[in-house]
Amino acid sequence: MRMRNVELMVGGFMVMGIIALVLMALRVSGLSMDAAGETYTIKARFENLGGLTDRAKVSLAGVTIGRVTNITLDQEWYAAVVEMEIDKSMSTLPIDTSASILTAGLLGEKYIGLSVGAEIDYMQDGDWVQDTQSAIVLEELISRFLFSKAEGE
Amino acid sequence: MLKHVRSLGQVGVQSIQSIGRAGMLFTQSVTWGGPGSAGFLDLIRQIHSVGVRSLSIIIVAGFFVGMVLALQGYNILVKFGSVSALGTMVSLTLLRELGPVLAALLFAGRAGSALTAEIGLMKATEQLSAMEMMGVDPLKRVITPRLWAGVISVPILALLFSTVGIWGGAFVAVDMLGLYDGAYWSNMANTVEFYEDVVQGLIKAAVFGVVVTWIAVYQGYDAAPTSEGIGKATTQTVVISSLAILGLDFILTAVMLGGV
Repeated sequence: MRMRNVELMVGGFMVMGIIALVLMALRVSGLSMDAAGETYTIKARFENLGGLTDRAKVSLAGVTIGRVTNITLDQEWYAAVVEMEIDKSMSTLPIDTSASILTAGLLGEKYIGLSVGAEIDYMQDGDWVQDTQSAIVLEELISRFLFSKAEGE
Repeated sequence: MLKHVRSLGQVGVQSIQSIGRAGMLFTQSVTWGGPGSAGFLDLIRQIHSVGVRSLSIIIVAGFFVGMVLALQGYNILVKFGSVSALGTMVSLTLLRELGPVLAALLFAGRAGSALTAEIGLMKATEQLSAMEMMGVDPLKRVITPRLWAGVISVPILALLFSTVGIWGGAFVAVDMLGLYDGAYWSNMANTVEFYEDVVQGLIKAAVFGVVVTWIAVYQGYDAAPTSEGIGKATTQTVVISSLAILGLDFILTAVMLGGV
């Protein structure tokens, strides 16, 4: 009888641990079961990434629809090539969609914002985003501002 | 002068000797099997005595740590107008650092010292030598289930500590300070990564579990079989395992973040 109680309590302890792990996964880290669902890859060439990293968000109209999976340097163009994984459910991106590197808030993390074009054809797996806009580097902005200020005087 | 040099050398040799004994104890008792070795029910009984009985202190401590983190964090973040980052701050602090470290420290104080005293007393009352006389290996019979019980319990306790702490933080932030609960939970869910934060915290806790239990059983097994010796060994367990946890925490964090 006593041993049965001990077993019961240890079992309860283990179950609590598993419940805590599930809570952590679903509620705290926002891991959803369909996160590893079907995706397709599109690529874009940027002049300057300005701190964009792997696993950065790709969003459309503020909604996250994918993630950056790979960043390489194109030796021929001397430009950065970013591969993005886009959710299969978001398969209706027009081929003239443009991508720009944006910052969340003033000092927040970098992410890729897509804005859709007007074409009727949709992007396929492995397609290139033609129209891209690089990250805004704060130092460049400031120096440009200072130069124009100096010229004006 | 020569006397001091000699005693210094003696301390050095003795400490290396005891590390050697600890290593032999670990390698001999980490596997199951052998004559009269402990069964599965012994493991269950040990998990009950080190894990389940530490539950109350872990849950109360976790709740209060989470509440105080939320309160302190709120007062700092409100100056920068970014209280929406409070949930992220509380959860990352708990998952990466405070959960594993505080759970292991509390475990060392609550269960580690008890393990040392228990095994030390078994040695002092010659129960361990009696087992050897009966052809039962005391390492397999006594040490193995205790070692594994600690290794299994500490990650679960750390996980419960973090969980309770995050809900305690939510209680203070949302119910008492009036933060919008969507900001607390959704910013947390956006930032916290399952593999990078939750799993790495669990790995840390598992390492702490091994180290704390190992130190506790070794100190008990190696204690001088007198009441003084057991008292000293119990103190040593808490001191050495606390230092080991804090030191290892830095090394593990450096390895996991890959910064150093």
